[in-house]
Amino acid sequence: MQTFATLLDALVFTRSRNEKLRLIADYLRTTLDPDRGWALGALTDGLDFKAVKSSTVRNLMQERVDPVLWQLSRDFVGDTAETASLLWPEPLGEVAPPPSVDEAVASLTAMTRATAPVELPRLLDRLDPSGRYALIKLATGGMRIGISARLAKTAFAQAFDVSVDAVEEYWHALQPPYAELFAWAADGADPPDTANRPLFRPFMLAHPLEDAQLNLTHYAAEWKWDGIRVQLVHVANESGGATRLYSRSGDDISATFPEMVQALDRPAVLDGELLVRGDAQGGEEGGAASFNALQQRLGRKTVSKQMLAASPAFVRLYDVLSWENADQRGETWESRRKLLESLMPQLPASHFDLSQLVEARDFAHLAEIREGTRDAAIEGLMLKRRDSLYVPGRKAGLWYKWKRDPLLVDCVLMYAQRGSGKRSSFYSDYTFGCWDGDPDTGAELLPVGKAYSGFTDAELKQLDRLVRQTTLNRFGPVREVERRLVFEVAFDSVHVSKRHKSGLAMRFPRIHRIRWDKPVHEADRIEALRKLVRD
Amino acid sequence: MAAPFSWITPHPHGIYVAPADCWVDPSRAVEQALVTHGHADHARGGHSKTIATPETLAIMALRYNTREGAQPVQYGESVKLGGGVQATYIPAGHVLGSAQILLEFAGERVIITGDYKRRPDPTCPPFEVTPCDILITEATFGLPLFTHPPIADEMAKLLDRLRAHPDRCVLVGAYALGKAQRVIAELRAAGHHDPIYLHGAMEKMCRLYQEFGVDLGELRLVADHTKEEMRGSIVICPPSALNDRWSRRLPDPITAMASGWMRVRQRARQRNVELPLVISDHADWGELTRTIQEVDPYETWITHGREEALLRWHQLHQRRARALALVGREDEDE
Repeated sequence: MQTFATLLDALVFTRSRNEKLRLIADYLRTTLDPDRGWALGALTDGLDFKAVKSSTVRNLMQERVDPVLWQLSRDFVGDTAETASLLWPEPLGEVAPPPSVDEAVASLTAMTRATAPVELPRLLDRLDPSGRYALIKLATGGMRIGISARLAKTAFAQAFDVSVDAVEEYWHALQPPYAELFAWAADGADPPDTANRPLFRPFMLAHPLEDAQLNLTHYAAEWKWDGIRVQLVHVANESGGATRLYSRSGDDISATFPEMVQALDRPAVLDGELLVRGDAQGGEEGGAASFNALQQRLGRKTVSKQMLAASPAFVRLYDVLSWENADQRGETWESRRKLLESLMPQLPASHFDLSQLVEARDFAHLAEIREGTRDAAIEGLMLKRRDSLYVPGRKAGLWYKWKRDPLLVDCVLMYAQRGSGKRSSFYSDYTFGCWDGDPDTGAELLPVGKAYSGFTDAELKQLDRLVRQTTLNRFGPVREVERRLVFEVAFDSVHVSKRHKSGLAMRFPRIHRIRWDKPVHEADRIEALRKLVRD
Repeated sequence: MAAPFSWITPHPHGIYVAPADCWVDPSRAVEQALVTHGHADHARGGHSKTIATPETLAIMALRYNTREGAQPVQYGESVKLGGGVQATYIPAGHVLGSAQILLEFAGERVIITGDYKRRPDPTCPPFEVTPCDILITEATFGLPLFTHPPIADEMAKLLDRLRAHPDRCVLVGAYALGKAQRVIAELRAAGHHDPIYLHGAMEKMCRLYQEFGVDLGELRLVADHTKEEMRGSIVICPPSALNDRWSRRLPDPITAMASGWMRVRQRARQRNVELPLVISDHADWGELTRTIQEVDPYETWITHGREEALLRWHQLHQRRARALALVGREDEDE
């Protein structure tokens, strides 16, 4: 437990992604089974102990610390687990040595609501404050230390020099402490048995198409829809079958979209864009709502009947990775596409449709069509090599995304915030605004977005200097600056939002050009931005 | 005869001793000031007469340019203030020169601790427990969650990290008066004898400590050296310089901060600290409550810090206490 606690503390205080990967990989390499497997489970939110909740810990503390002192301390720290770890009274007399992670997990698993108030203190007594913090976090779930499941898996792959795609592929077939996964990666055993499990397959991804021209005899084009890329998997098994919906990062989002789980009952692995019904994308024919509508449904653990009725989801299919237990990933795109078209009648039209190909005479014609996509409010075009096999990740030359040109608007720099990591001494995050009327007759700037990319290191230094020289006010890490610099901001789309005073929110804003030359009163007005809303 | 202890009264800008017409740690200029130690929330310039230890007077001369009207008092020495009040300066263990001030009048004894700690510190003599009727104490870390770990553990953390990254440097944010010199002295005690690099703002105070006989080993100024020379070294700067442009001249610094607040993870994260070092020159909760029990005063007055929790502790232990709302007191790390 102490090593795991040290790892957690180190992760809390580390900002660099590479350093986090190194810390986790070192831990996984040097820690024994099954401790490291439980730790991996904890880092990927894969552990759940029914009898131990945050309230269990609070109740234990009420018995040990004066309630007024507890409340004052909890308010100061802002986190129940950490407050409890610091306030836990050191036990008198001899205590057993700290438990291993395995022993702690075994004990937590065995606890009931009735025994937890007795058993949990026994574990806490054997640990120091860091160990207690780690134990409570492990027991109550939700580490909240800025480690995604993907990062933990990448660290695992790095630790044992295996491919992260293989790890992803086995992952969903296994449970903590992942004994077969470690046996395979660390000790060279056979890969885990994954038959009849609804596994995630790592996605094939596209490179951005820069200035290249492609020959359309080798590449097929289709729309790039503005939803979220998903994978829907169904397997048949003794208990009647299992279906899972995975996001691009391999997170299981089945519970968020239960209608999609019910819509597939054939053994298959399908790749497509998850959308909700509406008419913002592709007009009536396309029948998809804007990304904003989809966003209302994302990130929910459960979904209400109302929401299911108001914003029903469906998947617009791009590809088929497996059909009736036959893996298609070794086939060419062309033959997979043919299969996909042929099996569409077997899928319920209420929940599936086919992403149509875009027919063009030649590349120039395609470019023309792409120019017209602005009104269709879709992201752009995908170009897929007709003979490409389905390979995980981004392989050069196979798939390209050709986003429509971004929207551009001229904004005025209003606030700047310090970055983190290597940028922690630079003001590198910029909030900018547009005029709410005619700037020459007293209009004000209202913030419309925030960006921290799109400039060079040399430009960052110039911007940092400007921020320091023109500071009007300081609010903690944020500085308000004089209104004197115009940014040409690029963004993918703009939506109505209650979060901002301007009532608008940009998607993917970035600094396109710094207009050192442009007077601020010539920056755009909110009205101009509002005209670009396509909700 | 006047009511007990009516000769000493707390005011928002200091504690007033009426029979002697003098103030303790006043936050504005007065005729006659008794100063516990040199931190800016206790000491300031402009008094006509300042009574303090020679070390504190030297610090005040350096920081606030106060030379006029300085009256030195040695530890253990008593001075007659007039009006029948006598003051005795007793070590407080906080920083170089820090003192508790014992005031005696008409057979009543009041101690003003100033800031203090009970842990050993190679740069100043330790706090002495002295009986009194009223103990006027600080409560900077007056919450039960504050337990400062042994400083040797924190030094080991720092040196381990330094050894693990020989191509980088560890930049330690530490308050320029007291914390910085204690960290340096503790590093020397832990066997680290390499040159330690200083931010320019640290230099004069370190020299002053050395003049008073505190051994800090070889110190160098960052400004005089190249990035290459500083690889694998410890650099000390004021907390405000940690994330400032100044740090760009250092070789890929690992950011550390020496402060009692580092006990709380979010506090460390808010300051972008990668290596929190829980080192404080203030009493932690255990030291505060132990001191009150050992001194065992008739009543405790709490000057500044998290007084609610310490008041609650008094209530739970059937002890008399009141909170004074003094202005301008703050922790030097914040």
